[in-house]
Amino acid sequence: MTEQLGRPRRVVILGALSTIAESLVRRLAAQGAHLALAARRADRLDALRADALGRGAASAEIFALDLAADLDVAAELDRMLAALGGEADAVVVIYGALGDQKIAERDLAAHDRLLAVNFTSAARWCAAAANRLEAQKHGVLLAVSSVAGDRGRQSNYVYGAAKAGLTTLVEGIAHRLAPSGARAVAAKLGFVDTAMTAHLPRGGPLWAKPDAVAQSLARLIDAPSKPVVYLPWFWRPILAIVRNVPAPIFHKTRL
Amino acid sequence: MSVFAPAAVSPWSGVARPVLPVARPRHGDELAATLGARETASVLGLGLARSYSDCVLNAAGSLVDMTGLDRILAFDRAAGVLRAEAGLSLDDALQAIAPQGWFFATSPGTRFVTLGGAVANDVHGKNHHAAGAFGCSVRRLGLLRSDGRHLDLGRDEGDPLFAATIGGLGLTGLITWVEVDLVRIPSTDLDVERAPFGGVGDFFDVAEASAGHEHTVAWIDCAATGAALGRGVFQRADWSAEGACVAHPRKLSLSMPLDAPAFSLNALSVRAFNALYWRQQSRLGRRREHYGAFFYPLDAIGRWNRMYGAPGFFQYQCVVPPEAARPAIAELVRQIAASGAGSFLAVLKTLGERRSPGLLSFPRAGATLALDFPNRGGATVALMNRLDAVVREARGRLYPAKDARMSAAMFRAGYGETLEAFRACVDPAFSSDFWRRVSA
Repeated sequence: MTEQLGRPRRVVILGALSTIAESLVRRLAAQGAHLALAARRADRLDALRADALGRGAASAEIFALDLAADLDVAAELDRMLAALGGEADAVVVIYGALGDQKIAERDLAAHDRLLAVNFTSAARWCAAAANRLEAQKHGVLLAVSSVAGDRGRQSNYVYGAAKAGLTTLVEGIAHRLAPSGARAVAAKLGFVDTAMTAHLPRGGPLWAKPDAVAQSLARLIDAPSKPVVYLPWFWRPILAIVRNVPAPIFHKTRL
Repeated sequence: MSVFAPAAVSPWSGVARPVLPVARPRHGDELAATLGARETASVLGLGLARSYSDCVLNAAGSLVDMTGLDRILAFDRAAGVLRAEAGLSLDDALQAIAPQGWFFATSPGTRFVTLGGAVANDVHGKNHHAAGAFGCSVRRLGLLRSDGRHLDLGRDEGDPLFAATIGGLGLTGLITWVEVDLVRIPSTDLDVERAPFGGVGDFFDVAEASAGHEHTVAWIDCAATGAALGRGVFQRADWSAEGACVAHPRKLSLSMPLDAPAFSLNALSVRAFNALYWRQQSRLGRRREHYGAFFYPLDAIGRWNRMYGAPGFFQYQCVVPPEAARPAIAELVRQIAASGAGSFLAVLKTLGERRSPGLLSFPRAGATLALDFPNRGGATVALMNRLDAVVREARGRLYPAKDARMSAAMFRAGYGETLEAFRACVDPAFSSDFWRRVSA
């Protein structure tokens, strides 16, 4: 990957402490990347930085921020880009919260927080990143979205709606950036064996390992792709079916 | 929602596969709360469960799976010191250190062990006669006791908990991080030499003549009888001055997808395999090999333990002191060959004088013999009991990490000298099936 660019990669990761992000950090570190790592917990970011440097990162700067808070994200992103020498080859927006659908239905403050974490705040970071990438005329905005956005379901439609919005937003940014040479990709993930899904019964062929997902994300940073992709790929045909089940039948399920 | 959830845990031998409450923390700051959240009286840390025995199980209690704590905390590339969370595997660590020209001071025969597990079992390798056990390279370690205290123990600071934790089978508390001295390597290749020998006596002669080589080990054909009794192939190797520094490939070349049928492994197939292997190994002579091939030949086959089928297998590993080594090893090999129960991979090696700080460390000066026995129930246990008698007579002992059946008396016979000092360091909330068995 470094070889393709002819120099170490420079990557901003927003939400660097998630299980998948940490796997991605390790892959990038092992290839000698420069990293700007943002997440909420300063103590855990310290450990992440040490790990990245121990595995070979050329540099790793950390930014302890509540990414969903009301921030001047353009200024914050500029600080991160400055730590990388002014430009980035990729800005990865990977943070999010599954939340609790049942609580979000009754408690409208929780409802709004879920939308703010997964859509409003993420959209704002994407907008700021799009402006920078468009100006530098290269690099990719990679946003982690979810198959939950493909069809509203009773079990998680608030989260799903936020992710649907994010996917559409990033798809639009990809369209806008195309003439500039920069790119944008929304990666829609299915079940991944991480802390976020620890409460769900797991196992079976649909569950992906975080490291396998991180490997796919690293590939999306390097090589051109469609603006919206499924990770792993098999979710595309599955969701094609899910979207086409007639409502009278769908409404009889507990999906 | 509890942080402990039921999960099936199996030691590498596959003999037992119980379902236990297992917690999977990911951050050091979660550990004290994790221990506090257990709903059982006792708890035990768990790494990659490559130990063959019930020392990774805690049927009456819970387990804390430490493999989610696998961060490098500091890697000093100039001084060669690595500090990392206890769940980091050697497999993963080598990806970072080997390309920089550093290696662990010693390594066991699989890289799929965690640092915490390497400490808890005080693992040893092919260079034991030169480098001692893994514990000899441990500078400091972090230990979380069940009373919530986070201890930072250094090797020169005299706290008995340091010595008790090395080889302490995880019973002194939760090992949270480990700091080790690394060694410089000129390349990641080794110059390897293989030579056949005709019997146990010849093995000891070759081993003595090879003491100047850093890595020595022998494969022994425990199915051979008559004139071929005790034949084997001696391997000796040193880091090669030529070659690059490249980490091992991470992709497994093969994997056993499921348990092999029990009939596929019998006295006939073992004899045939061993005879073939003897001829093939004898012919190799001198060659250069990457450390991945030399140290970890079996790691290339994922889940190779499934070869033994659903009943699983026993591993038997003993060490006998130098003065008794020749006759005792010869007698063990004779009994195993006569039983026809031996398996493919019997390993014979001389261990050196260098003492690890560990109170309960298995390795000591002498000779160690390790091999697998397919689990055939009573006959297999009876054979191992006969071998125990030979080992006891020679004032030797068995390796807890490999043992699934030794008696409390056999354990006391091997570890009696340091057992009371160790017992005083055991955390009252930590236990294992192994510990309950041998301290009964």
